[in-house]
Amino acid sequence: MSSDPVIELSGVSRHYEGARAALDGVALRVSEGESVALLGPSGSGKSTLLNLVAGLDRPSTGTVTVAGVRVDRLTESGSARYRRATIGMVFQFFNLLDDLTVADNVVLAGELAGVPRAEARRRAAELLESLGIDRHARAHPGRLSGGERQRVAVARALMNKPALLLADEPTGALDSASGEDVKELFRELHQDGQTILLVTHDLTLAEDCATRTVRMRDGRIESDSAVSAVSADSAEVVA
Amino acid sequence: MTALGRVVRAGVRRRRTQSVAIGLSALVATTCSVLGGSLLVASQAPFDQAFDGQHGAHLTVTFDGTRANADQLAATAHAAGVTAAAGPFRTVTVDPEPGVGSTAPAGLTMSPMTVAGRASAAAGIDNVTMMEGSWPTKPGEVVISAGYGNPGVPIGGTLRLPGLPGAPSLTVVGLARSVSRTADAWVTPDAIPAITAPGSTSGYEMLYRFADSATADAMAADRAAVASAAPAGAPTGAQSWLNAKQGSDRNTALFLPFMVAFGLLGMAMSVLVAGNVVAGAVGSATRRIGVLKAIGCTPAQVVRAYVAQAMVPAALGTLLGVVAGNLLTVPVLATAGNLYGTDASGVAPWVDVAVAGGTLAAVALVAWAAAARAGRLRTVDALAVGRTAGTTRRDAVARRATALAARLPLPRPLSLGLAQPFARPARAAGMLAAVLFGTAAAVFAVGMGGTMSWVQEAKNRDHADVVVHPQRPDAVPGSGAAAMPVAADRSVVIAALTAQPGTAGYFGNGAEDVTVPGVAGGTTVTAFDGDATAAGYKMVSGRWYQGPGEAVAPATFLTEASVKLGDPVTFVSHGRSVTVRLVGEVFDPHVQTNELITDAATFPSGTAPRPDFWFVTLKPGTDRAAYATALGAALAPAQMTAEAGGPHSSSDSIAALDSITVTLTVLLVVVAGLGVFNTVVLEIRERTRDMGVTKALGMTPAQTVGVVLASVLLVGAVGGAIGLPAGLLLHRLTVPAMGHSAGLNFPAAALDVFGTPALVLLGLGGVLIALLGALLPAVRAARARTVEALRAE
Repeated sequence: MSSDPVIELSGVSRHYEGARAALDGVALRVSEGESVALLGPSGSGKSTLLNLVAGLDRPSTGTVTVAGVRVDRLTESGSARYRRATIGMVFQFFNLLDDLTVADNVVLAGELAGVPRAEARRRAAELLESLGIDRHARAHPGRLSGGERQRVAVARALMNKPALLLADEPTGALDSASGEDVKELFRELHQDGQTILLVTHDLTLAEDCATRTVRMRDGRIESDSAVSAVSADSAEVVA
Repeated sequence: MTALGRVVRAGVRRRRTQSVAIGLSALVATTCSVLGGSLLVASQAPFDQAFDGQHGAHLTVTFDGTRANADQLAATAHAAGVTAAAGPFRTVTVDPEPGVGSTAPAGLTMSPMTVAGRASAAAGIDNVTMMEGSWPTKPGEVVISAGYGNPGVPIGGTLRLPGLPGAPSLTVVGLARSVSRTADAWVTPDAIPAITAPGSTSGYEMLYRFADSATADAMAADRAAVASAAPAGAPTGAQSWLNAKQGSDRNTALFLPFMVAFGLLGMAMSVLVAGNVVAGAVGSATRRIGVLKAIGCTPAQVVRAYVAQAMVPAALGTLLGVVAGNLLTVPVLATAGNLYGTDASGVAPWVDVAVAGGTLAAVALVAWAAAARAGRLRTVDALAVGRTAGTTRRDAVARRATALAARLPLPRPLSLGLAQPFARPARAAGMLAAVLFGTAAAVFAVGMGGTMSWVQEAKNRDHADVVVHPQRPDAVPGSGAAAMPVAADRSVVIAALTAQPGTAGYFGNGAEDVTVPGVAGGTTVTAFDGDATAAGYKMVSGRWYQGPGEAVAPATFLTEASVKLGDPVTFVSHGRSVTVRLVGEVFDPHVQTNELITDAATFPSGTAPRPDFWFVTLKPGTDRAAYATALGAALAPAQMTAEAGGPHSSSDSIAALDSITVTLTVLLVVVAGLGVFNTVVLEIRERTRDMGVTKALGMTPAQTVGVVLASVLLVGAVGGAIGLPAGLLLHRLTVPAMGHSAGLNFPAAALDVFGTPALVLLGLGGVLIALLGALLPAVRAARARTVEALRAE
């Protein structure tokens, strides 16, 4: 595993008007190939941090650097180009486009990144096959189970071979069987060397898929430890 | 507040986009409908409306001031059949010239002006409407009638009266309109002596209303009754309201179809846009309706809540729309009033009430229908809207369209947008109709502008580099009518013209009243001396006459004489019959019912009317002013004068029509654009999450704008493609209808006013309207924060 930082946050705070800081002086460094799980209760700042890394939001203070790009300085268009090139995102509620077929949902990410259509289709087919959902390629997402939909979302996220995969509660909307399915998928991705930043309440997901856990509370990093330390703190995290 | 009330309040506040869209649509619909409705109302017998409004004079009789005094004339108010009378008012005819502040060309001769002395605009009868300024309050002030051909003396400017001792001036303090046309101008009663020539006596006028005034025979009897009640020989003239009505009705007839077409177009668009937006806004709330039902609301409560939720912003929009509509309508109606020669300048209160009530009723009806449809859905289905795959045929079509668009060799954002209208076909159809109407209105307006320019050209046919006409003989100003000017013999004029260097060509024009057997009333024969092809008459059919014995005539004569091209027509001149063969129909918008145009040589030798006017074309490079001066000097001994002809300005009617066309077109195009705007706003509101997803995937703001604009591209293109022929058709139907109303035929040239570039541009008009309407919401969507968009339900 390389120690080159893929994510580097320094002194990052995010304030919203009339509310306490969502993030308060956070510093975080994630190296290439690491799989980091962000844990913490609701309102602890996990999703805000994820949004800053994704370039969906900007810090009030501090710097956010991802794969050498100062994300906090990007314009809207720059952010979009950055996401195409660097980021793959997986959401709790899949966020697939219902009027596109499964294949087209995946292809879309490639096309937006400027991949020629034929190449994008070839790559999408490969991904869907590797994720075991190629038989649904021509179906629409509404016909699929939750687990299958999340697999489609992962395929879409991986379409442009991102340096960083961001996942926000990827098992949060799934039944246990589908959840297990997705966990396995993330484990495999990690084993393949994919850098992952994972926001979750699911401790077993963190244990199974992450090499490191960052626990947050009230906008600050409370602890940052190797995954073996998670189990001992489980009761507290869940509470 | 009841639970349902809280639901309504929360709905209005939280669903701001929908509320604003409904309010805006109601505002625009009301504004447009107040204008459209008012135009329709103003176009219903405008003369009669204005005549009743001013309590017009059925008969205006002028009297010789030396043969009757005021008391004797006041007594004529008791003549048989008179129900009301006003006057006597002192009158005098003056020969004014533009004075200080005038924009008229120097040296311009104004028409003789009949001035009446009146203390106020309201006289019990003929209550004159002040259009601008105020009524005179002291001698030296004058208010001019809108019916008088004011060459450009503004309020504050002066009229000089050079024929009176000391060449006094009158300051123009107002512009007024008398539907009865009782005078050209008014001053205070005590101002009359100062503008009456020494040694002459001013006249009087009396205004009457009668119990029976509907027919010419009744008016003749009324006139006779007044004459018998007045001192013998005192009446010098009488003007029946029927003459003014006939002139106004003919003028109105020309513009009526145009006004009605625009009025109906505006109202139809308003209903369409408002209905589409309200249906869309309520329809988009289906899931919320499901939630309300899930917590115990009955379908009836749901319907009530959503109708109320639509009515709150609609009521606000309607209120503002009535205000905006009135503000916009007043100047437009004033322009329409100018066209009609009436004072239709105010919005009828019942129009406001009807439009406001109609708009709210339409909103309530559409909201009720949409909410009832959503309310009838099974709760579980309503809750699942937007969260499950659609299973309807519409969903299947939308998916097929999306798949098809994805195969197009276009950037993905564009193909994504192109497929969007298929997801909500009803809404897209509403937007399509708005674009279609907008395009049709623009095409119609451009067509009308072109046709009116053509009409203007036809009216300007007497344009020439230099015009020669008889000098006005000396007359005693302030004493009434001047003697008729007499034209010089043609040989004298031709000799002067041929001797003058710079003359390229010329023709003379004389007229004579003749009788045509079988045609009621007199017919005017216009006889041209020389090559009159340069006279520029527009041909409707047939050809221009090619020599003696041939004639052309306007449609009005052909109809009146029941003849067609190729037929012989015999007219009687000086007791001798002259037969001509009709070879062409000319377009003549001047109000002249019976007119024949022929070569002077058609008349037996020596009987042709002497040309009163000669129209001269100069060789290139000739100084018109110098030529006119030199020719004028040469012709002075023959009592003729020469004037350099200036370019004709547009007639008031055409200018007013142009102004009204531009105003209404802009309004209708804005309504169409707002229809698109509101629909796109709703569409984006519904697709917020999808847009957030694509942005999270890396779609740039520019690409997001591209998606939204592409989503209206197809609608704009189809709307333009249908709107263009629809507008052309409307133009092709309206122009002949206008002509028919006025007894005119328009030739194909008057309709073929669209060049290919104009047609291409107008065809793209639909796309332009759609893109402009969608641009603002598109930019807003591009700027929306992705994080918040992803949270949207």
